[in-house]
Amino acid sequence: MLIAGAAGEGIQTIGDVVARTALAAGNAVFSTKEYESRIRGGHNSYWIRVREVPGNAPRQTADVLLALNDRAMERYVDVVQRDGLLIAETGEDPRTVTVPFRQIAVERFGAEIYANTIAAGALIATLGLKFVALAGTLAVTFATKGENIVATNIAAAQEGYELAKNRLLGRGFTTLPNRGKSHFLISAHEVIPLAAAYAGCRFISAYPMSPSTGIITALAKDEELGVFVEQAEDEIAAINMAIGASYAGARAMTATSGGGFALMAEGISLSGMTETPLVIVLAQRPGPATGLPTRTAQEDLLFAIHAGHGEFPKAVLAPADPQDAFVKTVRAFDLADRYQIPVILLTDQFLADSRFSYTSFPLPPPPTGDGFADAAAIREYHRYRLADDGISPRLYPGQSEHLVCVDSDEHDELGHISEELRRVRPAMVRKRLTKLDGLRNEICPPEGFHLSGAETIVIGWGSTRGGIREAVENLRATGTPIGAIHFTELWPLPEFSFPEGVCYITVEGNSTGQLARLLTSEYGIKIDGLISRTDGLPITAETVERGVDGQDH
Amino acid sequence: MVKTTDYESRAENQWCPGCPNFGILTALKQALVTLDKAPHEVCLVSGIGQAAKLPHYLKCSFFNGLHGRAIPAATGIKIANPDLVTIVTTGDGDCYGEGGNHFLHALRRNPDITVIVHNNRLYALTKGQASPTTPVGTRTRLQFSGVEAYPIQGLATAIVHNAPFVARGFAGEIDGLAKLIGQAIETRGFSLIEVIQPCITWGSHPVSWYRDRIELLPADYDRHDRDTALSLALTQGEQIPIGVLYEGALRPLFAQHYRTRVSEGPLAALPPIEQSKIEARLGRFKGE
Repeated sequence: MLIAGAAGEGIQTIGDVVARTALAAGNAVFSTKEYESRIRGGHNSYWIRVREVPGNAPRQTADVLLALNDRAMERYVDVVQRDGLLIAETGEDPRTVTVPFRQIAVERFGAEIYANTIAAGALIATLGLKFVALAGTLAVTFATKGENIVATNIAAAQEGYELAKNRLLGRGFTTLPNRGKSHFLISAHEVIPLAAAYAGCRFISAYPMSPSTGIITALAKDEELGVFVEQAEDEIAAINMAIGASYAGARAMTATSGGGFALMAEGISLSGMTETPLVIVLAQRPGPATGLPTRTAQEDLLFAIHAGHGEFPKAVLAPADPQDAFVKTVRAFDLADRYQIPVILLTDQFLADSRFSYTSFPLPPPPTGDGFADAAAIREYHRYRLADDGISPRLYPGQSEHLVCVDSDEHDELGHISEELRRVRPAMVRKRLTKLDGLRNEICPPEGFHLSGAETIVIGWGSTRGGIREAVENLRATGTPIGAIHFTELWPLPEFSFPEGVCYITVEGNSTGQLARLLTSEYGIKIDGLISRTDGLPITAETVERGVDGQDH
Repeated sequence: MVKTTDYESRAENQWCPGCPNFGILTALKQALVTLDKAPHEVCLVSGIGQAAKLPHYLKCSFFNGLHGRAIPAATGIKIANPDLVTIVTTGDGDCYGEGGNHFLHALRRNPDITVIVHNNRLYALTKGQASPTTPVGTRTRLQFSGVEAYPIQGLATAIVHNAPFVARGFAGEIDGLAKLIGQAIETRGFSLIEVIQPCITWGSHPVSWYRDRIELLPADYDRHDRDTALSLALTQGEQIPIGVLYEGALRPLFAQHYRTRVSEGPLAALPPIEQSKIEARLGRFKGE
């Protein structure tokens, strides 16, 4: 179902309340949002998918549309199925269930503010869910506002619920049973702060930038997690503070989006040169420059892989969903520590703002050890001692009497500036880049999906997995021999044998086929087509199905 | 007892022979020895420029990072390990130019770090261009018809922001400078010392020109009088006042809230978070 209206009309509250109510009634829920970069007006929408088993992927069509104003109805009516329902204050369309939310709010409850809750009640009625579930969610949602507010909201919701229920009579619309199952409903950016704390992160400095801001906010709000949080004056300060903290012994991270990440590029190179572990979340949004601040994209893959001047090892991970984001966040801290490198976690607005359902949420093992050497076992300490695997023992200043000297200039084993070009420079270049060999062996290969017998294989990366898999299932059901390969760890790329003699199409949230170019250069495979979406909205099964149909092959 | 020789670095010094930077280096060593701080208790933080090379010439832990970014790095270091005496050695270009924004925000945050600005009023490492403190009208190797922009007033800016310790030193007065550095390190909160460090290669005046003009602040000078401090900080005339110009009222240190709630010590020493804490939080996302 789809809730649409203007910013400031309370879509967020209605959406959250409806999603939680469906969840509380034992359903698997998936929700996603798209909104404009403004506080009032414009067009915002909140999509909710309710299923018996998790359907963790966005859709482009809806069974029910709740339109909070006429413009929203006009804009979104086309996405509603022919046998679907429209909920609105007025309307000619025979599918419309009219509920005058504002009028009821003012006349019965004395304030327009209750229009939302009335609308939420109507929406819950169209799903055939029992009212008691909604009352429970409202009690929790408004708990901090006092008993009166809770009671009025419940009464308002009931008004909307009963009215819609009566007007629905005879339409025979869906009645969802209480499936009695309990699911987690969570977004990737709600997961990442918890996963970071679990991985031992103690320091985050960041500058607020959509869609990354939720991460630093969650860590600031939950002081019990023990993570020091600082809002830096800019992204340059953010990354340099985090690198300083990491050098001095704290697992550290920062989070940003495209423009902020661009400012951090020099710091990423510093992390590489000084071999200081660092985790950077790059939450993508469409660019270039300021682009579309509140929409989604996959435009920064090659930028992330190549970020930072000079040559140094780094890892780039791109979680497919919130559960994967937990695993990848822990891995990011672990790899950063063990290889003493920057690790970039690529997310996007879609992952930041969409909640996925899971029946269970098992935790991966935490990183082993703290990444520091045993100072007592070292007689003479060299921060950059040449080692076969390129990994020198790391201590933090003040850990022992050993001095920890690091430099952004080329340096000798002690960490002092060196312009010795015959021995020191080549040895240090080799030492740093040798770390890539070990790292590459640890990178997870891409996941195959229905590869056997596939004549066409779609290849995607990161957050698009749900939509791609749904499309593959749908296409296979109609007889198309198609499979999928999905990358969630993108640098360095691991050994992988691609099936031969098939047609390869990459599915990407960018227009130039960045993954295709990467695969061609790294594996030498030929990519035959590109399915791209660049309008700022997530890649859905429909995007992929239409794309596959439209390819010449 | 810590000795001066404990701080002897074996790294080759790249400064011009006779550079007043050597005086700052000696004064810093003297200060650390007087405070009986051992090399492993000290962390020098720097960016890029001639001043930023100082950490290599004094044996202790150091983080020689990016141009202009010493202050944010030092801020992060002090949070992660508050036991470290954290000192930034920077130049006028590094601190007020490339890193100007960070300087301003350090004044807001009040981290417990000491910033020593080697002020030679030009860019030396890049061979003689104007810096943010070059006087208006000065002809340089890039500003051929003279500098048009007005100089940054670092000391005055710190005074305006009520920094806990603001001083002007002279690289040619080693004992006096060592005392200033010692007091700065002992100050709880952000301390700034701008050191007059005439450039003997690109500068317009020799060391003696400055020596003739410096004037020690009188013994009964009131360090808490902000108006006087401001006018002395802005003095550009024939006399250059030297000493502690200003001591702002003590105020909370950066991260005090976290220190009180979570840990007074190094973050690396904290125990891992209990798994149950994370599980409990994930549980809040579960539909009942």
